[in-house]
Amino acid sequence: MYSRSYKSLVSLPPLLWVGLFLFLPYALMFAHSLWIVRDGVLFHQWTFENYRKLFANPVYLEVLWRTVRIAASVTFCSILLSYPLAYYLSFHARARKELLYQLVIVPLWVSYLVRGYAWKTILGSDGVLNGFLRYLHITHAPVSFLLYSPFAVVLTLTHIYTPFVFLPVYASLEHIPRYLVEASQDLGAGPLATFRRVVLPLSLPGLLAGATFAFVLSLGDFLAPLLVGGSSSTMIANIVQSLFGAAYDWPLGAAISVCILLLVVALLFLTERLEKRWAFR
Amino acid sequence: MIGRASTGRSPLLAVYATLVFVFIYSPILVLIVYSFNRDGVGGFPPRNLTVDWYAQLFADGAIWDSVVNSLVVAAGAVALALTLGLLAALALDRAEFPGKGLFRRLVLLPLILPGIITGLSLLMFASLAKIPLSLATVLLGHGTALISVATTEIFAGLQKLDRAQEEASLDLGATPWQTFWRVTLPNLRLSLLAAGLLIFTLSMDEIAVTFFLIGRDNTLPLEIWGRLRRGITPEINAISTLIFAVSVLLIVVWYRIRTRSIGSEAQQLLENPLEVE
Amino acid sequence: MNSAPTLDPAPNAPLLELCNVAKRFGSRAVLQDVSLDVAAGEFLTLLGESGSGKTTLLRLIAGFERPTAGEIRMGGERLDLLPPHRRRVNTVFQSYALFPHLNVRENVGYGLRVKGIGKNETSERVEQALAMVKMQDFAGAQPARLSGGQQQRVALARALVNRPQLLLLDEPLSALDANLRKQMQSELKTLQREVGITFLFVTHDQEEAMALSDRIALLREGQLEQVASPREIYARPASAYTAQFIGQTNLLRGEIRNGIANCGVLRWPLAAADGAATFSLRPEAIRLSGDAVRRNTEVKFRAGIRQQLFAGASELLEVDAGAGQVLRVRVPPSGVLTGEHELVFSIADAVRVKES
Repeated sequence: MYSRSYKSLVSLPPLLWVGLFLFLPYALMFAHSLWIVRDGVLFHQWTFENYRKLFANPVYLEVLWRTVRIAASVTFCSILLSYPLAYYLSFHARARKELLYQLVIVPLWVSYLVRGYAWKTILGSDGVLNGFLRYLHITHAPVSFLLYSPFAVVLTLTHIYTPFVFLPVYASLEHIPRYLVEASQDLGAGPLATFRRVVLPLSLPGLLAGATFAFVLSLGDFLAPLLVGGSSSTMIANIVQSLFGAAYDWPLGAAISVCILLLVVALLFLTERLEKRWAFR
Repeated sequence: MIGRASTGRSPLLAVYATLVFVFIYSPILVLIVYSFNRDGVGGFPPRNLTVDWYAQLFADGAIWDSVVNSLVVAAGAVALALTLGLLAALALDRAEFPGKGLFRRLVLLPLILPGIITGLSLLMFASLAKIPLSLATVLLGHGTALISVATTEIFAGLQKLDRAQEEASLDLGATPWQTFWRVTLPNLRLSLLAAGLLIFTLSMDEIAVTFFLIGRDNTLPLEIWGRLRRGITPEINAISTLIFAVSVLLIVVWYRIRTRSIGSEAQQLLENPLEVE
Repeated sequence: MNSAPTLDPAPNAPLLELCNVAKRFGSRAVLQDVSLDVAAGEFLTLLGESGSGKTTLLRLIAGFERPTAGEIRMGGERLDLLPPHRRRVNTVFQSYALFPHLNVRENVGYGLRVKGIGKNETSERVEQALAMVKMQDFAGAQPARLSGGQQQRVALARALVNRPQLLLLDEPLSALDANLRKQMQSELKTLQREVGITFLFVTHDQEEAMALSDRIALLREGQLEQVASPREIYARPASAYTAQFIGQTNLLRGEIRNGIANCGVLRWPLAAADGAATFSLRPEAIRLSGDAVRRNTEVKFRAGIRQQLFAGASELLEVDAGAGQVLRVRVPPSGVLTGEHELVFSIADAVRVKES
């Protein structure tokens, strides 16, 4: 039904655009990671020097490890918060389900910056939380570890990514036909057993998707550490940022970026495979 | 329903759910309340309510310049992403070409990769092509990164389209071009609208990619960011509150559109960020 | 010693007792004052149109809904107070509801594993159940790969393996095509006989109900219209609705005056009080008159053939008895009939029914 010229007309522009403005830039990132900076000058020599530098540097490795820990904590906490919420909305909320769903989505659309800033004002030594605690005479001196610590970063990122995890989890819970739950109860499984044997396994694809999303985006986040993390919470993306800024070393920065990119692609590949195995129709 | 005939509702779960809601909303509420606090941000409880900070905000030229910049960029990003996204959706739906799978995944990458990577990649590209950084580069970045939002939504809209309608149009003598304008596009109205709204919002809020592509003129998020580095003032609370209010409005509108369109794939994109059809 | 017949309690007390059961959803009354006893070992069908409440009634017994009023007892004890997972009742769902993430064997063994029954016993009973439904070769398969008929058998095995006291079947055959359906009906009937479990079967298909059941409970708009064996309900429908719902019939409406029933051009002696009356006369009860003898147990009349539909094993005729009175008549294959013929039926076959 569609002529060849029609098909060419619709495929060529996006293909060309994506090729030029997505594929090429990512490829450039790869290329840069294989070049080298010496004495502040960029040389287009092909070498694996940057990767070697990256993995030999204990500071970078420590930051990378901290980043992974933070990302894992954020993912874990987000799941802890969003799964029960999604479950409640899907299985227990009746009349108010739609409204509650919209209420969960709203923060998703509120600026990242706004939410990060909110936590900054709350957690500081002169912040709202400290003021609140002092007002109630729970503490007398400001609690200082709240802000400018990995704790603050995890808290802020959890706050930001909980709705992101909620969405796919809720979608997969909604997809579970209720007659499967009834069948399980009919066969003698109480609510807890039914959850464990039927609901949870069938919600795994959504859970996996949400968790991957939260983990990957936390891993590459550089704003939260700058806002609320302080110097003790530098994450790997901050290092990349500085290498592209003041500490001018684009190839090294590119090398780290490539590592992150490869990690993300590997995770995506893995979860795609797992999802195919677990996606029961 | 689970629990209806057996243990009834679960009060424990309801309490937990409420606590999660409290966690999600309290920071925002604190933000709003303190935008009216004369004594600035911090301390408790907030006394001396005032709208001075809002007055200061409205007099702040730089902020409103950045708002205009953000709007321009967002509008451009919507135009760019919708056009390319529409073509891409049509291509994915109706054409076969080598590398189709790769194309689909590539287009999806900017949404799942941390923004810094896409931003730096585009920076390197701009540097190589000797393109100076400005709002134009930001527009380019947003538009490119958000193509897949449009593609997914419009693709789903195409699936719901009854192919027979287009065939009927051709049968009645219309050319493919006319059919596209008179039959295909009107049927995609809701998809285009929902995608456009989502792209607009994502662009207005975008920081990570923008961070590396910005020139002298700031977008709103970056303007706020700059001020944050200098210190906290309730003026920022005020602008944040306004952003929140507008976001709520937009999401209500978007939700209405979405529930009218049969199956929203932009929503599903967020729900299944890794799913590649 | 009294030799007069006494009202002894039934030798077997009913397995299931529904006492004045009612169910509303909001302001909508779906079931009103339903009372029914189900005997152990019987095949009882809940028959009705969509919206008659038959599925709701089934779900009340399964435990997925609670009655708004009334009680449900099984074996003398209150059933409706128990959550579904504690009732010794199992359901075969209309959608089969096989767990997609478990294979056939795991699906069938689900109820056993949940109760903590050991692996060996579970395995053995699962094999037996699968053999009973002839699905033993599919034990390792995923439900998504099975056809509708195969899924249905697995759903049946999954329910039966638990040896419930009562098996509920919610329109299990409605998604199957005609031939498969007939085959499954036969297999279900045999299975029920073998296993001896009480079957409570829901369907809207009256032919299916008649073929399978020991008794039929006809539901209409939330109330029981009639409960009787298939032969009884067919031969002696209590109401016009029943007469028309089950099988085909001619409804003769008229009045009784001075011991004569008058329905249009048809008249016959009937000892009953004066008043309006409705009669159900089955098409197969009317036949072409073979002789000129007038018997006082029969009604003869002349009618013109308006339409003749050949149905293989019989002919369905539409005849005009005069004054616009049209009747349907089923006769054995008779070749093409035209013009006027004399038809006859026995007075006993004109069953008086309540007007709905």
